[in-house]
Formats: sequence, structure tokens, C-alpha cells
Amino acid sequence: MSQEHLEIYEVFVRSARGLDHKHVGSLHAESPEHALMYARDCYIRRSEGVSIWVVESKNITASQEDDKENFVEPMDDKPYRHATHYVLPDSVNNM
Amino acid sequence: MTVLKKEALEADFERKIAEEQKIEPTDWMPDAYRKNLIRQMSQHAHSEVIGMQPEGNWITRAPTLRRKAVLLAKVQDEGGHGLYLYSATETLGITRSEMIEALQTGAAKYASIFNYPTLSWADVGAIGWLVDGAAIVNQISLQRTSYGPYSRAMIRICKEESFHQRQGYEIMYALAKGSPEQKQMAQDAMNRTWWPSLMMFGPHDSDSAHTGKSMQWKIKRQSNDDLRQKFVDQTVPQIEVLGLEMPDPDIKWNEARGHYDFGEINWEEFYQVINGSGPCNHQRIKHHKQAHEEGEWVRQAVRAYRAKQQIKTSNTTLTA
Repeated sequence: MSQEHLEIYEVFVRSARGLDHKHVGSLHAESPEHALMYARDCYIRRSEGVSIWVVESKNITASQEDDKENFVEPMDDKPYRHATHYVLPDSVNNM
Repeated sequence: MTVLKKEALEADFERKIAEEQKIEPTDWMPDAYRKNLIRQMSQHAHSEVIGMQPEGNWITRAPTLRRKAVLLAKVQDEGGHGLYLYSATETLGITRSEMIEALQTGAAKYASIFNYPTLSWADVGAIGWLVDGAAIVNQISLQRTSYGPYSRAMIRICKEESFHQRQGYEIMYALAKGSPEQKQMAQDAMNRTWWPSLMMFGPHDSDSAHTGKSMQWKIKRQSNDDLRQKFVDQTVPQIEVLGLEMPDPDIKWNEARGHYDFGEINWEEFYQVINGSGPCNHQRIKHHKQAHEEGEWVRQAVRAYRAKQQIKTSNTTLTA
């Protein structure tokens, strides 16, 4: 069986308790359970993590880079969402 | 579950807490820990959402377009923070509708400060500066809470909220350095907001029903009185920079303690407002119910869309 017929899974690893799971890569597998085992063997061979999530890639809905103009850029002209936008006297500027 | 098994689970839980490890949703946890978290986190979420009302009251009447855009952005943030916290609370096994129900029936509380009215534009400044200031003191401490999803929500919220307090202080500064009437507006807003802001930290440690266990389980990392003192210490110099009169005649630097002394809170008022008799309790919940009911058609549309999509998918599968 060629790998092309297997599902692709995205792998997320939590490096330590209390932190978010972070995306680390992807792999082919024939079931979620196997994906989890392969992910363990591929991505945390040196104790890089304490927990793994695997998600079939096709179940991820992603935004499109080429839609950046409509999707992301409207946020660019709102500098007032940042703390640095507000000028305060020096003595209270650590607020 | 056998007694022995439960003891082992409890020991493992206590060890994680002692080692400053976070508790994650799939970990075993004592029922009382779960219940305590649901109470505190849902109350926190409700506060974010109800807190949109007093400030929302001024969006259409902000004095400039810039102030309006800033206030909109702030109120939008509060709604988002409510969402983070509701989602984090849901990891404990309670549903969104159960939480909304508890809010609307009064079974769950929210910060009593939001039961006070916003009478003038200066109140928007005072809220950003003092109410968000007090909330930030509390939330910075909660970044170290023992429950993972709560801790991560707090880290995200603190990062986003850094502008809230500064925009409030900027409003107060403009008013305090403006005409005598504007300065008086700032003084009046601060005087009215000051005491309810101190009440946000909750009862004295000696009277707090939840503090003991919460501290032991590291849900709370600092006591109500310690956090309140921290807030007073950081805020008094900010009042001096504004050039306003102190809102409490008992505020005085105490060299021996290394802290500012301040007067006693009117606890009778605190309990009255908490228990539903504040100036705006009725209005806040009434408005929440109304907004929720008026939004029902949106939820219906979402469900209809999902049903249609499911029919489409099953038809495609049949014909394939």
C-alpha cells in the first residue's frame, strides 16, 4: 500500500504541563490510534513533550494567504488596540 | 471506585499541586476542586460579559471619533474575554447554557462593580483606569492558577488588556488637566468608582468563604486583602499625578508597613449589591436576557444551516 492512500495527520505537542499544544508537523497513518504512536516515535523521542494531539489534516479549516487583504489587514489600522498607543506622564508610564 | 484507588488519585493530584504543575482537563481532580473552579471561572466570565453594559452605555455618546473607536475596541475585547473564559470553564464539564441559566436566575454572581451606573463620560475613564486596573492586579496573580486552561486564558487576557487601563487613565488625565468643570467630572467619577473598585477584591480574608481551600489548591495565588493592598499602593501615586483629591481621607503612607493605609470598606453596601439590591442589578440581568432572547433567531439560523449542510453531505454520499 502506498503512503498516498493513508490519511495525513497534523501533530500537536505539549512540551510541559500547563503550556499550549503546539503544532510540530504531520505524518501518514491508517488510524488516529496509530497516528498517535507514530507521533510519539517521531516527535517526542527525546522527551520533547508530555502530551500529543493528532488531528486529520482534512478536518482543519484554514484561512487563505491570498485572502490576506480582506481577512487580516482590516486589523492593521487599529493602533489603539495596543498599549503603546497611549502616551502617559513618565511617572505613571509603567501602567 | 475503590477507596484505595481514590486515595491514590488524590495523592497524585496533591503532588501535582505541590510541585506547581498545572491540572489539565483530562486529569483526575477532586469534585470540590472542579466545583470551586466552575464557580470562580464562570463568575469571571459573567463579569466580562455584564461589564460590557456600563461602558457600552457611552459608545454612541463618546466625545470624539477616536474615543468612540477605542471604547468599541475595549468593549469588543471584553466580549472576547468572556468567550475565552466560558470555553475554559466548559473543559470542566459544564455547558454554556447551564452557565447562562445560572447567570440569569441569579444562581451565579458577577463582579458587583458592574451594578453601578455610568453617569458621565468621566465614568468611562474611571472604569478603564480603576476597574480594569483592579481586574489586572487580580488577573496577573491568576496567571499562576493551578488549572491549565484558566491560567492560559489569563495570560492571553492580561496581554490583550494592557491597553484598557491606559486608555482609561488617558481620559482621566485629559479631564483632570482640562477646565474646572472637567476636573470636577473626573473627581466625581473617581470618588464614585473608588470604593466599588476596592470591593472587587472580595471580602476580608477572615470573612472569605472560599479563600482557604482556593489558596490551598492554588486556584487563587494571593489573598483578597493582599491583592487589594497591592492595588491601593499602585493607584495612589496615579491619583497624585492627576492632581485630584484622594477619594478616601484615611489614605496615608505608612512607613512602618511600607504600604498605604486606607479606610474601611462599607461592607453592608458590598453585601447588598452582591445580593441583588445594587442600583443596576435588575437592569443588567434584564438587558442580558433581552439581548439573549433577541439573538435567538441567529442561533436558529445557525442550526438550520447546519441541518441543511448535513442533508447535502448525506445526499452527496448517497449519489457517490
